Amino acid sequence: MINCGINAEGASVLYIDRHLVHEVTSPQAFEGLRMANRKPWRVDSVLATPDHNVPTTDRSKGIEETVARIQVETLDNNCEEFGLTEYKMDDPRQGIVHVVGPESGATLPGMTVVCGDSHTSTHGALGALSFGIGTSEVEHVLATQCLIQKKSKNMLVQVNGQLRDGVSAKDMALAIIGEIGTAGGSGYAIEFGGKAVRALSVEGRMTLCNMTIEAGARVGMVAVDEKTIEYVRGRTYAPKPDQWEQAKAAWADLHSDDGAEFDRTVILDGAVIEPQVTWGTSPEMVLPVGGSIPRPEDETDSVKRGNIERALAYMGLDGGQEIIDIKLDKVFIGSCTNSRIEDLRDAAAVINGRQVAETVNQALVVPGSGLVKRQAEAEGLDKIFTEAGFEWREPGCSMCLAMNADRLGDGEHCASTSNRNFEGRQGQGGRTHLVSPAMAAVAAIAGHFVDVAQYIEAQAEGAE
Amino acid sequence: MDAFTTLDGLVVPLDRANVDTDAIIPKQFLKSVKRSGFGPNLFDEWRYLDVGEPDQGDVPLGYSTERPLNADFVLNQPRYSGAQVLLARDNFGCGSSREHAVWALLDYGIRVVIAPSFADIFYNNCFKNGVLPFALSVDEVDRLFKEIDVNEGYRLQVDLAAQHVTLPSGETMNFEIDNFRKECKDSMRLLSV
Repeated sequence: MINCGINAEGASVLYIDRHLVHEVTSPQAFEGLRMANRKPWRVDSVLATPDHNVPTTDRSKGIEETVARIQVETLDNNCEEFGLTEYKMDDPRQGIVHVVGPESGATLPGMTVVCGDSHTSTHGALGALSFGIGTSEVEHVLATQCLIQKKSKNMLVQVNGQLRDGVSAKDMALAIIGEIGTAGGSGYAIEFGGKAVRALSVEGRMTLCNMTIEAGARVGMVAVDEKTIEYVRGRTYAPKPDQWEQAKAAWADLHSDDGAEFDRTVILDGAVIEPQVTWGTSPEMVLPVGGSIPRPEDETDSVKRGNIERALAYMGLDGGQEIIDIKLDKVFIGSCTNSRIEDLRDAAAVINGRQVAETVNQALVVPGSGLVKRQAEAEGLDKIFTEAGFEWREPGCSMCLAMNADRLGDGEHCASTSNRNFEGRQGQGGRTHLVSPAMAAVAAIAGHFVDVAQYIEAQAEGAE
Repeated sequence: MDAFTTLDGLVVPLDRANVDTDAIIPKQFLKSVKRSGFGPNLFDEWRYLDVGEPDQGDVPLGYSTERPLNADFVLNQPRYSGAQVLLARDNFGCGSSREHAVWALLDYGIRVVIAPSFADIFYNNCFKNGVLPFALSVDEVDRLFKEIDVNEGYRLQVDLAAQHVTLPSGETMNFEIDNFRKECKDSMRLLSV
């Protein structure tokens, strides 16, 4: 990371090491390059893959929808014209850009990483400074390899204790957002620390950092440790054996000093976090699965009361209703938050030969990349899902934002492992409930929410 | 393209917190490979009663003659027609980094967004496109909502150089914007009409 100087107001010129590119936020940037007669500054810093628009069903016939096809073809053409590496739709390494980056070793500890996508915070799990940018900045990075950035304030989110079985990084992320709110991290870069964070796998840390943006912060990070280094070792773009020791030594410094001061510190007890479910239209509208939905009349602040009323009206729910009584029409396991191999293992592990409820119209499992899909199939996870009645799909963003054909119908309730429950996010009129992969799987089977931690506990007792 | 340092504009009040970029411009319109033409689909799901699709052809800026309008939505109320200033609540522009949200606001005619707070990426994107976002306090924003409600044709005068906004009463409210961004506007004419 090179800091090329700092001005009186704290703005620096940052050199960007890795630029991830997808089809939705890049066409206008490439067009800008062409109009200015420029070329990408550092071709080998870019890794591109189409993910938002791609179909998750049979791809042999290409993309049916014309505008989506044009956008994916535009990415292909731009990458070809400028000599950029792209994992195209039919490449076995294609996938969601935030799954592909770490998986390929394209994102590494200590890098500055950008992408025209807010969930770029994901890569902070590797100890990278990684954040989402808009299309103008995509063009700027392509042209100059630099960005002007003002240093963020620092926040430490420390999660102590040990998570219970069945409680995951997703629940931790949602519990943190419930605590600090969706604007709580605005203006901050968040470092996640504490025993419960250290205990997470690197993939779990990706889930946590991924949802930093839902807490309002562009940057989420976890300090590098042995797990990080083991995760990176041997990946395609990771340092080769002759540079490995040198890289390891450099990465070992990527942690905050003991006693470092933060602008804000938030402390949570991991042991008391329960499986989380969102009930409203903002990720901060979240509760433990055993909770009941807030009653607007109990809220004294008129703006907040209005928010609750509007959310309940959109969600078709009543104040006071139990979370476990929410009936589900669809289930979606996927997205850059929860589509990695461990997520799929977590979901498959709680199925136990049972079937998706008849009242659930559709249950989708969409792996995050072609390599995740292949790994899952090697482990037989695809069989567990399909035998239970889940659909096993090709990799992409899919129903997280419903740019392709995978979407909710008007009024449908969905247990979703994605990251946003905004109005219309998964399809106009669709009603999203954000949960972990294991929660989504047990909800698919029951047709409503159940406490997966309790289920796992009961299973363990039964086995004794 | 004229750079503006002052703007006298009609204000439209969008009384919601956490307005996300999915609401500002829904995903189906992100399939365009252009920067322009998003205005007719600004706040599409709130503004129209039908489901908007990206291939519905060119419609007049801001209004569709064919699609059924949601008369309750504030942008559809005649008294706010031609508004250039958007007033909203906390955490405006949260969610996706899509710059299309700013392009849609601009294409519709919005040049200034006022809220108690903004999401970081949206805030940043505004400055690349000649849209000025600035924060006023929760109480100041609340007061503006109340005054707009009872005064049809409510306008604000925004003065970028002086970093204040003048109310119809002649009172001013100050806002912060860092000099670097302001200088960019002045010298590079990014904040232009």
